[in-house]
Amino acid sequence: MKVSIDQLNKAFESRVRLGIMSALAANHKLDFNSLKQYLNVTDGNLASHLKGLEKERFIGVEKSFIDRKPNTKYFMTKEGKKAFEAHLRTLEKLIKSQK
Amino acid sequence: MKENRDYIKDLAEIRSMMERSSKFLSLSGWAGIMAGLYALAGVYIAYNIFNFNPTSISSGSNSFELVNVVILAIMILTLALVTAIFFSYKKAKGKGEDIWNPTSRRLLKSMLVPLLSGGILIILFLVNGFIELILPLSLIFYGLSLYNAGKFTIDEVKLLGFVQIGLGLLSSYFIEYGLIFWAIGFGVVHIIYGIYMHFRYER
Repeated sequence: MKVSIDQLNKAFESRVRLGIMSALAANHKLDFNSLKQYLNVTDGNLASHLKGLEKERFIGVEKSFIDRKPNTKYFMTKEGKKAFEAHLRTLEKLIKSQK
Repeated sequence: MKENRDYIKDLAEIRSMMERSSKFLSLSGWAGIMAGLYALAGVYIAYNIFNFNPTSISSGSNSFELVNVVILAIMILTLALVTAIFFSYKKAKGKGEDIWNPTSRRLLKSMLVPLLSGGILIILFLVNGFIELILPLSLIFYGLSLYNAGKFTIDEVKLLGFVQIGLGLLSSYFIEYGLIFWAIGFGVVHIIYGIYMHFRYER
């Protein structure tokens, strides 16, 4: 079967974005600092990728306060889950087709 | 065009991130082996030097020796904990990870409730002189906390929890063999688990 790389979602091209989606796929919600620790990236880098994914509506943001400090939690939306799973399937197919 | 290897790497990274962000994988087999050895040494000292045998002590207990046994138990627990943290720290560092991360916090939280309830219950029983119940209870509550923790680390920890609970229940029935069951659970089982973990995940 012919699989085209065009089917790979452009939104997941960056490793950081793929990492964010993977972490959120395995957890209900994660706050900014947890994501930062898992991904080992700078604040600015992470924030811009989160913004990007938010724009695509793949992740949702939940803002609250803990001890009067703002606490932002991120979670995967249904759309995000769909896109992420499709991305995984395409990756698998690409690997198989190139063997 | 992207190479095939890149896609495999992508998948591998996704997998590793999903695992890493939901499970604490830096538990070391060595921690289990050492904890088991400490426990066996503790049982030896308690039995041979402090004459501790919970069935004989409950009637006309010798409070001086009981205090010694409690101090010994606290020392062993501390030693085992420090060892576990040390080996986890080493293992996490080797992988370039932080030992104090959201996953390890979740793991600790999941252990804390059963451990603290068990710990308080044991102290209360100690105060009231139900000495023979302490050994089985420590096995049962330790097993419960491991079972709970199994959700946030490798699956084998769950099995380890089951074994400890089982030994604790048996020990509650055969109460006169409390010390033997305790030595099997905290000593022998820990060592077997540690060796298994070491060969399975660390080589």
